[in-house]
Amino acid sequence: MMPADVVGPDTVILGIETSCDETAAAVVMGGNDVVSSVVSSQIDVHAEFGGVVPEVASRAHLESINPVVRRAITDAGIDERRIDAIACTVGPGLIGALLVGVSSAKALALAWDVPFVGVNHLEAHLYASFLEDPSLEFPLVVLLVSGGHTMLVEMRGHGEYQLLGRTIDDAAGEAFDKVARYLDLGYPGGPAIDRAAAAGDPEAVRFPRAMMDDGLNFSFSGLKTSVVNFVRKHPDVQSVDIAASFQHAVSDVLVHKAMKAARQVGATGVVLGGGVAANTQLRADLQTACAEAGIGAFLPSREMCTDNAAMIAAAGWHRLRALGPSRLDTGAFPSMPLVDTGIADG
Amino acid sequence: MWFRTTSPTDTRAFAAALARVVRSGDTIVLTGEMGAGKTVVAQGIGAALGVAEPMTSPTFTLVNTYECGDLTVHHADLYRLDRTIEVADLALSELAEFRGVVLIEWGEAAISEIADYLEVHIDVDLDDDEGAVREITIETIGSSWDRRHEALSAALEAWS
Repeated sequence: MMPADVVGPDTVILGIETSCDETAAAVVMGGNDVVSSVVSSQIDVHAEFGGVVPEVASRAHLESINPVVRRAITDAGIDERRIDAIACTVGPGLIGALLVGVSSAKALALAWDVPFVGVNHLEAHLYASFLEDPSLEFPLVVLLVSGGHTMLVEMRGHGEYQLLGRTIDDAAGEAFDKVARYLDLGYPGGPAIDRAAAAGDPEAVRFPRAMMDDGLNFSFSGLKTSVVNFVRKHPDVQSVDIAASFQHAVSDVLVHKAMKAARQVGATGVVLGGGVAANTQLRADLQTACAEAGIGAFLPSREMCTDNAAMIAAAGWHRLRALGPSRLDTGAFPSMPLVDTGIADG
Repeated sequence: MWFRTTSPTDTRAFAAALARVVRSGDTIVLTGEMGAGKTVVAQGIGAALGVAEPMTSPTFTLVNTYECGDLTVHHADLYRLDRTIEVADLALSELAEFRGVVLIEWGEAAISEIADYLEVHIDVDLDDDEGAVREITIETIGSSWDRRHEALSAALEAWS
């Protein structure tokens, strides 16, 4: 086992992420210095490797993993012997997809004789903000909003989290995607709604804000259905106005609950994460609300908000320092919760 | 078989009644347009089978898995998948084999791969101004489900 005192600013970690759509690898030094970060959708794996690359599923990860890892090491400009440990997402995610990353990470750890560190994908999202702003002070509230997740997390320290609230049905990003498809605005839905909303009136339709005064959980399924019902009854209303009104409703709920959570735990600030963090109105609304409350608003770049392996390496660095390496018989955990990670140490 | 529910709560109760006929190894394919209530039916079945936590939509995660006692409930969503080759990669029929129950939303793309399944199709009743009423059509495909035709109509009689 690697002693905690040797994990420091010079420790180089190769991060690997294959939990959902993206195959990603990154080299991060000292927990926050991103030396390289490669996401499969950025590079032409098809040209490098030949064959068809489907959008999702384990086959795509299997075809991408080696070129992506190789590219991350080449981009970093280091020799692979410089890598001190390999961190990899072990859950939550698709079992077939997770296993591609976990198996590769363990094989590399064995071949290079370095420690393997299992990382929780959700925990890694919390670390994405530290990559761009290592000076963040606890306690923090993290609002993680993506296609697959919508949650509010209290971060009291490294490795100390509490889930404050989550969606009970659809994730916010999913609502964006489905409403965009219903309004025929294009794919991906998040940027499509964002663009359309810029030309629309956010007050045109008053869509419901679900569970506003009802704890810190979210529900977006009713909003989606309400948009569908409204459009069916009012086919004449412009889709830009619907998009703007829908986006307004989502942002209202997310910001309202994030601020409520921040007050509840006495947070120094609210950190945004996940793909929906790129939404223009959400960013503006959160910034305004945090300024009014006199706390910080931390809005990482789109690259760090969406799935990437730099955050896996960063979370791996913190885990390695606090708990040491994970066992090589650590499996993949498709429904892994944020707290109680289940990774066997030692 | 044709049924009618009057609210999301009623649809959930309908799904819970349907779950009484569900066994380990079953696959249920849920179809219907966006906002029809496929996730509500999946949640109702899951809760009745013992899933204690909130069952969130698997649209982006593709498959959500819940352990409940002897049974594993797999909640899948093929909305984002267009090609049969991608659906095959999810190995949905294998998930059912290991004491599993597989619930598949937007499952049309998977139908050609599955021999035995129950199809639950949900339509929004457009005559209802509140948009709350649903018409639900159930079809049994394969011998395992065909044998349960009577049990199904008995369990769901209140909504027929």
